[in-house]
Amino acid sequence: MDITRFISTHRKLLLVGVPFLIILVFLATLPLYGGFYYTRLLTTILMYVVLSVSWAMFSGFTGYMSLAPAAFFGVGIYTMGFLQNTLPFPVIIPIGGLLSFLLALLVGLVTLRLRGIYFTIFTFGLVVFMSEVVAALESDLFGRVGQHINPLPNETIFYAMLVTAVATVFAIYFIRRSRLGLAMLSIGGNEEAAAHMGVNTTRVKVLTFAISAAFMGLAGVIMAPVKVYIDPRIAFSLSYSFMPILMSVFGGMGQFYGPVVGAIIFAYLEKTLRGQFPQYFMLGFGIILILVILFLPNGIAGLVSKVQDKLGGVIAKLRKGGEAEQHANT
Amino acid sequence: MRILEGQGVTKYFGGLAAVSNMDFHVDQGEIVGLIGPNGAGKTTLFNLISAALPLSSGEIRFKGQKLNGLKPHQICKMGVSRTFQETKIFGNMPVFQNVLVGAFFGSPNRVPAEDAAREVTQALEFVELSAMSATPVKDLTLVNQKRVEVARALATKPELLLLDELMAGLNFTEISEAMELVIKIRDTGITIFMVEHVMKAIMGICERIMALHHGEKIAEGTCQEIACNKTVIDVYLGEETHAGS
Repeated sequence: MDITRFISTHRKLLLVGVPFLIILVFLATLPLYGGFYYTRLLTTILMYVVLSVSWAMFSGFTGYMSLAPAAFFGVGIYTMGFLQNTLPFPVIIPIGGLLSFLLALLVGLVTLRLRGIYFTIFTFGLVVFMSEVVAALESDLFGRVGQHINPLPNETIFYAMLVTAVATVFAIYFIRRSRLGLAMLSIGGNEEAAAHMGVNTTRVKVLTFAISAAFMGLAGVIMAPVKVYIDPRIAFSLSYSFMPILMSVFGGMGQFYGPVVGAIIFAYLEKTLRGQFPQYFMLGFGIILILVILFLPNGIAGLVSKVQDKLGGVIAKLRKGGEAEQHANT
Repeated sequence: MRILEGQGVTKYFGGLAAVSNMDFHVDQGEIVGLIGPNGAGKTTLFNLISAALPLSSGEIRFKGQKLNGLKPHQICKMGVSRTFQETKIFGNMPVFQNVLVGAFFGSPNRVPAEDAAREVTQALEFVELSAMSATPVKDLTLVNQKRVEVARALATKPELLLLDELMAGLNFTEISEAMELVIKIRDTGITIFMVEHVMKAIMGICERIMALHHGEKIAEGTCQEIACNKTVIDVYLGEETHAGS
């Protein structure tokens, strides 16, 4: 095939795909020259990418605000905690994803008939509940609460997280373009109308809630060795619920890359600011978030589209002007 | 042939019977109007047919099949579609995507993407909204939002279409256009059951009218019969409207 024709017919794909490939190559080779610090930093950033993208995958589309990421993330962490001495790491990862998937399926079937704030409160309660359940389970099984996680090579953790993050981004990218995505958007637009137009709303909600939970569970398992020591309070920390929401809102949920960008910026800021201003960095986050909600309700992605529209308008105007001039000249 | 049939249809909200022991039917190819004062139970009846609300007792049949216990999405796939009194649109989505939801999910079988897109284009042409297919629906005027609802309902390929106050809030020209649209829809073979307060419209296009009051059917018949019915005039139409029609 002719190369210029290929470029013109697949322009959109190339616009997304080429930068994506470049970033991927950069990320995949990072442990070779990044050293311990940067590899660890990027692992954390990628973890937040997984959490916020998978959160946006469900809540961003359907409008159901879930505070449950910490619950599914914690299930992942504790899957590693309970199984680390019996199974190898690569086997525990999918088990953690599967357990989170099943938990979300169960919870979703019971609670997704709740709407608005009631659903949000329930998911908040789920985090606290799972933390208690795991604490009870742990003290029954081991006679104590909290345990050490065997260390794993830094690169292994990094690559596992990278693969998970890429899978999550692919998932949201394709869901956006699929029937499932359209069904979810219609639920977010008006659930009653969606049901009357033939969308099986319960099935769509439960299924996507569970899919998004599975990614959170995977991230939990992979992140467990980084923690070194875990107890239910650490594993089910509510900041794993709130941070993905902040990041998605900051990045903007109108485009698939919004939560990705939000996660990268916020995770980087968190890592670096926490070291320098341990007392004040949360205050800074709060201020940034308020400013974003006030002035950029659609986040960074919204700003990008706005600028694109403006630029497009100016270019079209110039072109028109040019044509008009030509007409005037002839 | 009776496409829709209700027997002893009853709905209680607490102790209040919103629809009480009602029998009704709609024949294939008809345009049937449903009138009555506010709170008479018109929208409740539509919500019972489309399964937005469960029946308290009685049964509703569509083409002989019982609808009791089905979910709204199943009713839609069977061939009953509807619009809403207060427009329920997917505001942030473009017109095209709004209608696409109906085209994709309204059929019992999986619709290939090309077919769905073609159906959407046809439905938008039918309601004369093709020019706005890329506009987010929340930016449209009320009359155009209502047309999107109609197009969306048509894209589900219904045999029976429930129109809940399609004309409410429209001006005179828009009402005439909407009346033409309703007749045009019926001419494609779709049966229409419509709730309406605009008497000019209902008298102009309906072949049969049912009047409700306090959840009960108080009269049924042709436009002429309804317009002269003493009970209907007393509870709903009033003397002047009667004289005017």
